[in-house]
Amino acid sequence: MLSILGALGGVILAPLAGGLLSGVDRRLTARLQSRMGPPLLQPFFDIFKLFGKAPQATNAWLVFSAYIYLLASAFALFIFFMGGDLLLLFFVLTIGAVFQVVGAICVPSPFSQIGAQRELMLMVAYEPILILVFVGFAMCTGSFSIADVFKLNTPLLLKMPLLFLALGYALTIKLRKSPFDFSASHHGHQELVRGVQTEYSGPFLALIEIGHWLDLVLILGLCALFWHTSVIGMVLLVAASLFTEILIDNITARLTWQWMVQKQSLLVGMGLALVNLLWLYVA
Amino acid sequence: MGFVENMIKKSRLKSPWIVHFDCGSCNGCDIEVLACLTPMYDVERFGVVNTGNPKHADVLLVTGTVNHRNRHVLKQIYEQMPEPKAVVSIGACNLSGGVFKDSYNILNGAHTVIPVDVFVPGCPPKPEAIIDGVVTALNALAAKMGLGPAPGAALMPGDEDAPKAAAVG
Ligand code: SF4
Repeated sequence: MLSILGALGGVILAPLAGGLLSGVDRRLTARLQSRMGPPLLQPFFDIFKLFGKAPQATNAWLVFSAYIYLLASAFALFIFFMGGDLLLLFFVLTIGAVFQVVGAICVPSPFSQIGAQRELMLMVAYEPILILVFVGFAMCTGSFSIADVFKLNTPLLLKMPLLFLALGYALTIKLRKSPFDFSASHHGHQELVRGVQTEYSGPFLALIEIGHWLDLVLILGLCALFWHTSVIGMVLLVAASLFTEILIDNITARLTWQWMVQKQSLLVGMGLALVNLLWLYVA
Repeated sequence: MGFVENMIKKSRLKSPWIVHFDCGSCNGCDIEVLACLTPMYDVERFGVVNTGNPKHADVLLVTGTVNHRNRHVLKQIYEQMPEPKAVVSIGACNLSGGVFKDSYNILNGAHTVIPVDVFVPGCPPKPEAIIDGVVTALNALAAKMGLGPAPGAALMPGDEDAPKAAAVG
């Protein structure tokens, strides 16, 4: 009971953390481009403003998809905080991603449609890596349960350093950071106008944005699992991942989908993951 | 609900996302609009994001001469923006037709097609003037929400009795 309440509290607090992190992201990005950047709380202003706009939707599916995406993200985070099953978490996360595609594909706008196709490419690229990382967890702990990770007394980073890098790859793709931001992009960047989010506006766009924050928290949480033995280690690992993510976002140009799926994801991401799995298997 | 409502009102003034529509300008005005986004001026300090999507935008920046072809596009873009919204008309061409005023093929300014909140004169106006225009548009928005006095002058001088071309053409 207590753990359920705790996990619920975590899910409720997560948007605050996610919004703040995304504020840090925007500010750091601005600094890397030698600009001043917006205030740290800018993402919250954006969200409140969006909620205050007149609701406008092309059709009902769009609205439905926005809610399901948010719910799926929240539920995935809930599973994570409960110390639940990694596979279940993976499936719930996929449902959210699929409904983003559904929302984008149910409208006639060509920007949104192409964005949806590309979102599917993204999924093809990051899901296999994510699954391999979870297999790595399972090989180390003997089960897919997140709670079991905390029973180990050495950090997972020592056993699966390459899987951590592979996870970094998957995360950049999942968060749609440059060079993989071709189904929708962030900040002032434009790709296919706004790709899968083109047709959303006002409050529904705000829901999608909050869902994205939850994803960010979940993903950084997964990173933190690699150094579960000390709090300082977790914070260090999360900060390092976030900073590298933002740095890469700023210094790379957008790739084509062929590059992403074939060379980057399959060769580098899966390669790293498989080498690490083999090593785990042999050792 | 007091807190949420207050935050929404405050946030509207802190996060103006813009969409920029070029009605056929010589690109002088467009270059100055984009110059506002560079590190030199960095309008993201005020939460301004160039969205390029009317459905996400709060402020419409219009440049160039409005003509009988693109006034439909302009109107559509305006209508796709969800309320509350503001319009900033930029450059001599867009204010009144500029050097092309009263030509057979153009309309005398964007305000003949859609309601304009702020006029930014110049050929082209400086980026500072455009930023000032957006800030004034925010004041107009604040006035609509009852948060302060409205900025003055909503029409070009001499335009009070000019016929609404869009209604005719
Ligand atoms: S006002 Fe001047 S700079 Fe702007 S579009 Fe017209 S001619 Fe070009």
